[in-house]
Amino acid sequence: MTALIDILGSAGLWAAVLRIATPLILGTLGALLSERSGVLNLGIEGIMTFGAMIGWLAVYNGAGLWTGLLVAALSGAIFGLLHAALTVTLGLSQHVSGLGVTLFASSFAYYAFRLMVPVAGTPPTIVPFQPLDIPFLSSLPFFGQAFFTQTAPTYMAILLAVLLAYLIARTPVGLAIRMTGENPHAAEAQGINPMTIRYGAVVAGSALMGVGGAFLTLSAFNSFFPTMVQGRGWICIALVVFASWRPERALFGALLFALFDGFQLRLQTVLSGVVPYQIFLMIPYLLSIAALAVMARRARVPQALMQPYRRGER
Amino acid sequence: MNDAALEILGVSKRFGDNLANDDISLSLAKGEIVALLGENGAGKTTLMSILFGHYVPDTGSVTAMGKELPPGKPRAAIRAGIGMVHQHFSLAPNLTVLENVMTGTESLCSPVSNVAAGRKKLLGISERFGLKVDPAARVGDLSVGEQQRVEILKALYNDARILVLDEPTAVLTNIEAEKLFSTFKEMARLGLSLIFISHKLDEVMATADRIVVLRGGKLVAERKASETSKAELAELMVGRKVTRPVRDPSTPGQVGIEAAGVTVRVGGVDRLKSIDFRVLTGEVLGIIGVSGNGQATLAQLLSGTVGRTAGDLFLFGQHVGDLTVADAVATGIGRIPEDRNREGAIGEMAIWENAILERLARFSRRGLVDRKAAIAFAGRILSAFDVRGGSPTSRTRLLSGGNMQKLILGRNLIEHPRILLAAQPARGLDEGAVAAVHERILDARRAGTAVLLISEDLDEVMMLADRIQAIVGGRLSPPVRAQDADARKLGLMMAGEWEGREVTDAV
Repeated sequence: MTALIDILGSAGLWAAVLRIATPLILGTLGALLSERSGVLNLGIEGIMTFGAMIGWLAVYNGAGLWTGLLVAALSGAIFGLLHAALTVTLGLSQHVSGLGVTLFASSFAYYAFRLMVPVAGTPPTIVPFQPLDIPFLSSLPFFGQAFFTQTAPTYMAILLAVLLAYLIARTPVGLAIRMTGENPHAAEAQGINPMTIRYGAVVAGSALMGVGGAFLTLSAFNSFFPTMVQGRGWICIALVVFASWRPERALFGALLFALFDGFQLRLQTVLSGVVPYQIFLMIPYLLSIAALAVMARRARVPQALMQPYRRGER
Repeated sequence: MNDAALEILGVSKRFGDNLANDDISLSLAKGEIVALLGENGAGKTTLMSILFGHYVPDTGSVTAMGKELPPGKPRAAIRAGIGMVHQHFSLAPNLTVLENVMTGTESLCSPVSNVAAGRKKLLGISERFGLKVDPAARVGDLSVGEQQRVEILKALYNDARILVLDEPTAVLTNIEAEKLFSTFKEMARLGLSLIFISHKLDEVMATADRIVVLRGGKLVAERKASETSKAELAELMVGRKVTRPVRDPSTPGQVGIEAAGVTVRVGGVDRLKSIDFRVLTGEVLGIIGVSGNGQATLAQLLSGTVGRTAGDLFLFGQHVGDLTVADAVATGIGRIPEDRNREGAIGEMAIWENAILERLARFSRRGLVDRKAAIAFAGRILSAFDVRGGSPTSRTRLLSGGNMQKLILGRNLIEHPRILLAAQPARGLDEGAVAAVHERILDARRAGTAVLLISEDLDEVMMLADRIQAIVGGRLSPPVRAQDADARKLGLMMAGEWEGREVTDAV
């Protein structure tokens, strides 16, 4: 019991939580934006993998870290365009198209990596983002170490969650996105082009997913290996439901999941030898399923989610 | 005409082989109410969709307020002052009234939405036209009538000067419809022009200044409301004289179905409260009431999809517990469900599949479906019940509403059921189809079937039923004989005005 309290009381845990949460926040926001317009994007897992690879590759070849993030965003946008063309223009099944994008983007990422980087025993590394030293705040006892030793993309992700919450709830374009996700025919009748809105939301959302992936190679870690996204994309899809399609709750959900994850990592070291450590790897997922079951029952799904829109058809 | 608010000139539109609109021209003056009358499939909705820019016409033009509209541009139509109120509401149930109304009214690049101004404008309009609404309410929580109000407000919020309404009363109760029409007249008085689509003669005669009749894609007649009659309009609309069937006297036999003190609780709510009724063979018992008062549960109870909480159910004098669907089929209870698209037929499946689904066992041979027999059976239904627009192997979805209803009727009646449960059998059908459906129900009655008719259409119930009971809040009134009933009395019954006083002529 004291071991548990020790874990929760360590500043290191909380610092880890923010770090673990960052790619989840970005990925969840991306998936959420897209789903709010009515398009499920299961391409997320592959787009994150590709973003992680291409962002790292750009930096490895001499680009700046921010340029690396931008390249990852662009690659995400391109995969988003592909998904939008298949699901919005052609009206194909969003599940199938999304899974196809994931398989394609992941395989393409491995291939490109193999092509560009020689095989080596230890993967090559880059110099990742460094923690920002915020005057005064970073030197606070406990809080400084727990919350203000993050890299810039982490703060950016949190800021993006706030911005997206504002965009969706308070701006005309946010209303247009919500209306398109609820009833594209109604949006059309009010002079909004649902196709344009969906394209925009899917492309922008996919760009966020790409950045989320790149965070793994450019900040959390310093090299790329093919399995590194490890189902984070699927967690993001679940987090969107957990968040009832609301960005502010998505932020909370991502942090909660990261807390479970950071906690089990430390539990592994405390209880090593007692039980196989793999059991702890299960914990965050089990807890997520439980949390999802509680939260998602009250969720309000966008009514037109996964329904292709065709003009002039009811 | 220079003061024309709207002018449609020579509009034609073809879908495949079907000429939906054939060289139609019509005009609408400021402050005028025009009714567009026609049967289903006459081309009314196509014409309105062209007007609003949803469809591009093959030929012809639309001019609003003196300016020709570019074809296929809803946004241009909105800007020219045309507001469309769709039959199936274009609303998002998860959003608030204000959000639904404001969508698309502000520049998408604007960093902030001026909700306060929108709210003020909406309340101003709602005040001016007497369309009361709560801007913050979630649309999904509103009644159907209120949702329609939101649709109209949405058009007015876009500064519509010309309102186009597609079957505005299709989903409203009589009282709501009357209120709506007085709102229309008020709008016309304030200088708006209205076009509404309808196939109901009463409301057209009562509300419109001018009536335009479409048939088979052509404009067949134009009449001033003051210079025509319902009979003339019906004939123009159908293209021949329509005679509604007459109920001749019959001698009822034994008790087919009887409920004694039946209560049904669904989800913690008593949907039916200790109801009593009996239907004799060879008679029609009409259950009249405003939709949503327990009719759905009553129909489910007799179809075997919901169980009793208390009370007894008898079929031909035999005490039965809870019916299952299989029991209902075995007993010979024919069922015409209220929502034919959702419960009556499976649109994506072939007509023959829909015809035999509930008798699958009989059409099986060695574990396989006997397609040949099934298709022959479906063919018999199609010819005996005059179902047009499909063969046994075509998809059911392709049938029009009236023909789909005839198919459902045929599927039930072809084997002479002992009991027929008909829920809103003529809802949404046009004149010709209504007459056909009524004819079939009376045929079944003549053949000795016990018919339970659930309907909210007073005329229908008074015409078909021998005895009538009203359903209000899950309770059933004592029955009255049809010959003792009139619209006023039934209206009172539907409002629950029977409790606490003796219904002297109870049967």
